[in-house]
Amino acid sequence: MASINIDSELCDLCGRCISVCPFDAIEEMETSITINAACRMCRLCIRNCPQNAIKIEEKQQLIDKTDWQGILVYAEYYENKIHPITFELIGIGRELAAKVDMPVYCLLIGHKLKNISQKFLEYGVDTVFVYDNERLKRFSADLYANVFEDLIKEIKPSVVLIGSTSIGRSLAPRISTRFKTGLTADCTRLKIKKNTDLIQIRPAFGGNIMAQIITAHTRPQFATVRYKVMNCAEKCEPHGNVINRNTSRQITTSSIDVLDIIPKEAAPSITDAEVLIVAGQGVAKKEDLELVKELANSLGGEYAVTRPLVEKGWADYTRQIGLSGRTVKPKLIITCGVSGAIQFTACMNSSEKIIAINKDKDALIFKIAHCAMIGDLYELLPPLVDKIKGISNYEI
Amino acid sequence: MNIIVCIKQVPGTTQVEIDEETGVLKRDGISSKMNPYDLFAIETALKLKEQTGARVTVLTMGPSQAELIIKEAFMIGVDDGYILSDKRFAGSDVLATSYTLAGGISKIGSYDLIICGKQTTDGDTAQVGPAIAEHLNIPHVAWVSRIKEVNNQSIIVEQNMEYSFEVVRLPYPCLITIESNICTPRLPSYLNMLKTKDRPITNLSLMDLPDTSESNYGLKGSPTQVERIFKPEHNVEQVIIDCADTDGSQYAYELLKQWKFI
Repeated sequence: MASINIDSELCDLCGRCISVCPFDAIEEMETSITINAACRMCRLCIRNCPQNAIKIEEKQQLIDKTDWQGILVYAEYYENKIHPITFELIGIGRELAAKVDMPVYCLLIGHKLKNISQKFLEYGVDTVFVYDNERLKRFSADLYANVFEDLIKEIKPSVVLIGSTSIGRSLAPRISTRFKTGLTADCTRLKIKKNTDLIQIRPAFGGNIMAQIITAHTRPQFATVRYKVMNCAEKCEPHGNVINRNTSRQITTSSIDVLDIIPKEAAPSITDAEVLIVAGQGVAKKEDLELVKELANSLGGEYAVTRPLVEKGWADYTRQIGLSGRTVKPKLIITCGVSGAIQFTACMNSSEKIIAINKDKDALIFKIAHCAMIGDLYELLPPLVDKIKGISNYEI
Repeated sequence: MNIIVCIKQVPGTTQVEIDEETGVLKRDGISSKMNPYDLFAIETALKLKEQTGARVTVLTMGPSQAELIIKEAFMIGVDDGYILSDKRFAGSDVLATSYTLAGGISKIGSYDLIICGKQTTDGDTAQVGPAIAEHLNIPHVAWVSRIKEVNNQSIIVEQNMEYSFEVVRLPYPCLITIESNICTPRLPSYLNMLKTKDRPITNLSLMDLPDTSESNYGLKGSPTQVERIFKPEHNVEQVIIDCADTDGSQYAYELLKQWKFI
């Protein structure tokens, strides 16, 4: 809720702002400079104006932030499964809540939830709000948004955290829009200020740059959070309670009919694997992927790939790590011939142990590796696999 | 049947870099193109046009240069084009962008189906589509991977969820966002280019929208603010092994044993 203004008295039309603007959003008119619709508010023009002629005007605070209390976590429950991101959201929710002394709430929507709702109390949630109704059995965004609206009006949370999943990313924009407030997608880090402003950090502009975003003048503050980035909540002695909410016709009626649910064939999931071996462009031929698969097999892990390999048709996109693929956080990841573009590393750099193999000593991947091995994967992998197999044979 | 496809002009590359010394974004070589995910949305609309005789309109928001992607859409086979361009739209976040687009859609008037790409390559948020639906108070389904059936009242689509496909029926008017790679977008044709080179593009400014209150648009209408941008930090304790002078496979083997993976 701010605007950028150019003081035409101070501006000497030097054009510096036009040259630093990464988005071509500043235009020189005959006697003045104007900012057009391409502006993304990166504020580089403000910092670079030699005349200090460009200023940002912040709006006055309109709401009383103390009216909004609590961190509300959406407990994603779909087809009889709790999505594991829910426990990561509770984890970060509790961290944030401790800083500003707020309660942590969970919202659970679905049907036959009696045994499910108790589970969240074991992870330290203060109150679980449950909407249990047959008509809520299946997800549709308008239906679940109605439920969300009902609860938010009741408890007025300061922060709402939703998983960045298929359901979460369809649902979150509907509710944040309904409350005319801010939503930040795909956050990878969250912190909170004393005044309860949520500091939301996410990769921006394709992932090369991180952006820190706040929602300063409206509440609730909505954020979706990337899966496998935050730490799971620790189990603890339950102290919270469960509140069953009314499910009136009004909030359980949808114009969307779910006709059928077709399960996908269960593919080995790279997001669940504890050990991942990744093939990058250093792998020269499709057949050579076998080297990587063999190493994965010998360590009881899965293989994954970078985007170019998916584009070449060498592997299915479900095996792709990266901003346009999956985020992974295994115990061990070994990258083979991966250069390490930020779109890739942003989605695997929280892995516990990273070994990177690359011929190029300047490869970007080495910056984030715990063990950087400058060498040829074709010379390294076959003897390594033999050694690992050797020891397992010996033990048997 | 009337279909509106929302499209966006995005930077030609996602490799935006920061100059480490000055902290300034490097702009060299940033060209523009249509958001690649929108091509699947347009293709889906054109297939429906062939099936039902629907009229396909594209709508974009951006600086006047964004007209280029409307011309491109004409060359692919789209019938009409609108551009929302006004300096008061500058700095819009998801809420303000979706509000402006929803206003543009109301201005265009009659529509049965709105189609968006699943996300853009510059923002990567996938939020604007569902947010438009909320502003217009119509149902939406995201991640549509197949159109199964279409008739005068409703459309049946397959929604790509993480572990399943959900088959759903939506009544008009409604909005869907389209998964990538579900079809092969047709290419712009020379014939269409000749046919459409004088086709007008309708320009909409803030004053053309149903709500003309400036405070609901652009930076003023955006509840989120970018406080700062920065380069991701790299700080890990690490060992560097040059396999030219160390037996790499032996080292890796010992390390994996030490870390208890073998």
